[in-house]
Amino acid sequence: MTITLKVDGKSPDRIPDMKQGLVGTEIARPEGPLKVTGQAPYAAEDLPEGCAFGTLVRAPRWGKVNLRNEERLAAMPGVLSVLRDPAMIRRTAQGGAGKAPAQGMDEADFAGQSVALIVAESFEVARDAARAAVVAVDGPAPAVDPDQQETEGEPDSHGDLEAAMRGAAHALDVTYTTPSMAAAAMEPHAAVAWWDGDGVTVRTSLQMLKHNRKELADCLGIDPSRVRVLSPYVGGGFGSKLGVSPEAVAAALAAKTLGRPVCVVQERRQVFELVNRRSESRQRIRLAADEDGRLVGLGHEALVSNLPDEGFSEPVTQASHFAYAAENRLIGNRVARVRRPNAGSVRAPGEAIGVTAFECAMDELASALDLDPIALRLRNIPDAHPETGQPFSSHKLAQVLTEGAERFGWQDRDPAPRQRREGEWWIGTGVSAAFRVNLLTEAEARITLTSDGARVDTDMTDIGTGTYAILTQIAGEALGLPQGRVTVRLGDTDLPPGSGSGGSFGAASTGSAVWLAALDLRQQLATRLGCDEADLTLQDGEARVANTRQPITEILKGDTLTGHGHVQKGEAAQKVRQATYGAHFAEAAVNDVTGEVRVRRMLGSFAAGRILNPRTARSQCHGGMTWGIGMALTEGLVFDRRDGHVVNRDLAEYHVPVNADVPPLDVHFVDEHDPWTGPLLAKGIGELAICGAGAAVLNAVHHACGVRIRDWPATPDKVLAGLDGWPVPATAGSD
Amino acid sequence: MRPFDYHRARDLQDAQTDYVSGAAFIAGGTNLLDLMKLQVMTPERLVDISRLGLDRIEDDGDGLRIGATVTNSDLAADPRVRRRWPVLSRALLAGASGQLRNKATTGGNLLQRTRCPYFYDPDTPCNKRDPGSGCAAMGGELRNHAVLGTSAHCLALSPGDMPVALRALDAVIEIRGTDGRTRAQPMEGFHRLPGDTPERETVLDPGELITAVRLPAPRGDRQVYRKVRDRASYAFALVSVAAVLRLEGGVISHAALGFGGLGTVPWRDPEVDALLTAERPSAALFDEAATLLLRGAEPREGTAFKLPLARRVLRAVLEEATQ
Repeated sequence: MTITLKVDGKSPDRIPDMKQGLVGTEIARPEGPLKVTGQAPYAAEDLPEGCAFGTLVRAPRWGKVNLRNEERLAAMPGVLSVLRDPAMIRRTAQGGAGKAPAQGMDEADFAGQSVALIVAESFEVARDAARAAVVAVDGPAPAVDPDQQETEGEPDSHGDLEAAMRGAAHALDVTYTTPSMAAAAMEPHAAVAWWDGDGVTVRTSLQMLKHNRKELADCLGIDPSRVRVLSPYVGGGFGSKLGVSPEAVAAALAAKTLGRPVCVVQERRQVFELVNRRSESRQRIRLAADEDGRLVGLGHEALVSNLPDEGFSEPVTQASHFAYAAENRLIGNRVARVRRPNAGSVRAPGEAIGVTAFECAMDELASALDLDPIALRLRNIPDAHPETGQPFSSHKLAQVLTEGAERFGWQDRDPAPRQRREGEWWIGTGVSAAFRVNLLTEAEARITLTSDGARVDTDMTDIGTGTYAILTQIAGEALGLPQGRVTVRLGDTDLPPGSGSGGSFGAASTGSAVWLAALDLRQQLATRLGCDEADLTLQDGEARVANTRQPITEILKGDTLTGHGHVQKGEAAQKVRQATYGAHFAEAAVNDVTGEVRVRRMLGSFAAGRILNPRTARSQCHGGMTWGIGMALTEGLVFDRRDGHVVNRDLAEYHVPVNADVPPLDVHFVDEHDPWTGPLLAKGIGELAICGAGAAVLNAVHHACGVRIRDWPATPDKVLAGLDGWPVPATAGSD
Repeated sequence: MRPFDYHRARDLQDAQTDYVSGAAFIAGGTNLLDLMKLQVMTPERLVDISRLGLDRIEDDGDGLRIGATVTNSDLAADPRVRRRWPVLSRALLAGASGQLRNKATTGGNLLQRTRCPYFYDPDTPCNKRDPGSGCAAMGGELRNHAVLGTSAHCLALSPGDMPVALRALDAVIEIRGTDGRTRAQPMEGFHRLPGDTPERETVLDPGELITAVRLPAPRGDRQVYRKVRDRASYAFALVSVAAVLRLEGGVISHAALGFGGLGTVPWRDPEVDALLTAERPSAALFDEAATLLLRGAEPREGTAFKLPLARRVLRAVLEEATQ
């Protein structure tokens, strides 16, 4: 049996009826001890016997590729094969593609693309040979600057924004530019492949295995049923592991050619080129407000880039359609075709940079209006979707702002900039709202119930988010089993297809499938007991009906019961606008001598439906807020203006925040009951916490020192250029 | 990484006997191993000098003699250094990360290679990596590049914090020549300007070994190290200043300033030191010093910000040191 639920409307909330008390508690990750003691094997840490090692060869430029010294490379001692199979891929697949991206090694689409695989007996030899490869590339000068290219895409228009801007009491027209960014997951992309007859197993580090299996099958020209993908542990993905990447296809092809397992790991410098990046953006934001700060018009027009023929364009303005009320609206994305590495989904694609820039512009408007920035936002919360008229499933922006403000201590703030000084440092605070669409996607799961307990099976992944923990909780809650009697198996396409990890939909989607599988088992137990499922109470391994109680093991009588759950996206997604809301608060210090910025504290206040596990949810928010610090202050890929290659492709030069950059981060969850999101009433949270986080920091920078940085990141040179308009301080203290 | 031979030297004599053309000495390896993995450096032989007893810090008259393989962590924590040469301790702690400082050595740190991204990228031309091939940084993306001491062949910035402090402290490097004799080389003159041979970064000849760094008694008790960077830790200096000053009767009687983030070598300008000496501290004097320091600077797109930044930081450091 399978319980299938298509989410067409509201779901009843049954969690409060369950008695185990696991959902909503802070259980630790069951796999945590394995991870912190190095016993959880990541993709390239569990190698089969006889494994050979491959290294991808880099094209220094774009154009037609000629590998000049192939024979010499093949003759190097220890080299087993120089592979240039036409099935090898030139780009990383987009999330959910389910099919092969551009294939073939005769052309490089961009500088840094892989154009061959060298396989050797050892990693060292493969790497040496890959460096010795002489790759000649012939192509005209590439188009690498998005601002110099023709663009595609027209904006959506409602009303007349131009007229609204002309007639408004206050009009703001500003442009923000954001750099391209890297996901920079700690575990590099890696794959180990081996064949058994005509079937291949690929042990890798990917986020959405059911799609990855199809992508691999399409690349290899075989049926998906002959592909097994394993990703039991994933050391961070952030979108960069949504689609299959070049090393996995190359490993599978090499393993077939050589008749032995092959392991291919992207070097850190390759990860910066071969993995999908977040597009840079140029965002024109227009705001027209009346005397009271009510928006009468808003415009958000973004320019992003991608390679020719790529379907993805960073959906920068996704949340702008519903975030704020305004009668006259002009919102749209344009994409420029450039020879830079492939752009794709990186943590909260769209809102991460779109909301953040928009929330900086809102702060500018608040300053111009001499209005508290929280008041400005509260004044412009729409009653329904401003463009479609859809009702909101739930709308918690007011609560996250006001509850967050109280906890942060916002009420004592002097709104004027450049008022607070400690030695050389200007101190300021900033606020931002956060918006992120909420998604549910198809997922299946199976639970096997025996006298030993329950085992949850799904090909869902845990990319550091806490999937093992929350699925344990959901199954244990519904089946009345303590944590220790539930095991969870993930990351194997032999298991029922879950949602995969992406778009923050994993917990609600796969969690719902597990929930439905548990309901299936509850019904089977109820049948055995001759009662209604709804009258069954399961707790601590016992079943209670009316005033009788019986251990579940006795009901099973040694049998094994299997429950299947299957959740599908339904009409609920159209009937209502579902989103998550948050508010970020930051205190920043700006050094008046050097332009250096240090974040001193941050608070994030979030509404994301039922919080399944506050510990893992908070951890997600810490991650998102840290991304915000990086976006605001330090991160940005630099492309060479001549050939578009990534110049700063290591972690010494691409500056993610280090511990010293991250102050105490406070996370507050606002209660939310949103029955439209599925049977768990849970919503996505990981990506919400990045949206707008950087705006709180940048708005705090402005409040501290009076300098607006519209070209991110706000590195000392840019802040200094702004500070230069002010006199050099007369006295300087020590640090 | 190319295959290489490895020899663990028993003593100095053995180390130098074992050194052949194309070899490299290795101690902490924090920079060399990275560069070998990228094949920016391809030594055929590594001679390990990390077990030669060069890891001691000894009193040396009124100064200190720091063995070449004393780690950055140990040197920064030495109570004598912290008390009398605090600028050195602070410079060390401003560099790298705790893990790296536990491995990086005094001698090795003096030889740290530039972080120019084109130097790190064997797919681009670089006169330092591949003499005569050209300079990809020219016309490319600049930030961590030099504005002082550049040449038509190289814009590579000298990285590192410790050497900047050592310049201001008038440190002397002990070099053991291939003939087994030791000579004393002041920090002044140890690093070479790129000119038309940017691949030659120091006056060390092949096979010569740094055995120690001598710190003379500090000539100034007012010591400041200040580093400006893109993130709070684990980032190279945009601008750094090491100041060693003495004040007598309100007059600067000794001034020695080292600069990082600006030059192709750890920078010190004797004219700047002379300008400050025998003068009373004032904002005008500090501005004049900055103007003098930057008189020959060659700012480019991407590095021009370093000039106003250096001016601000120098002024703040001098104010702090003369308070």
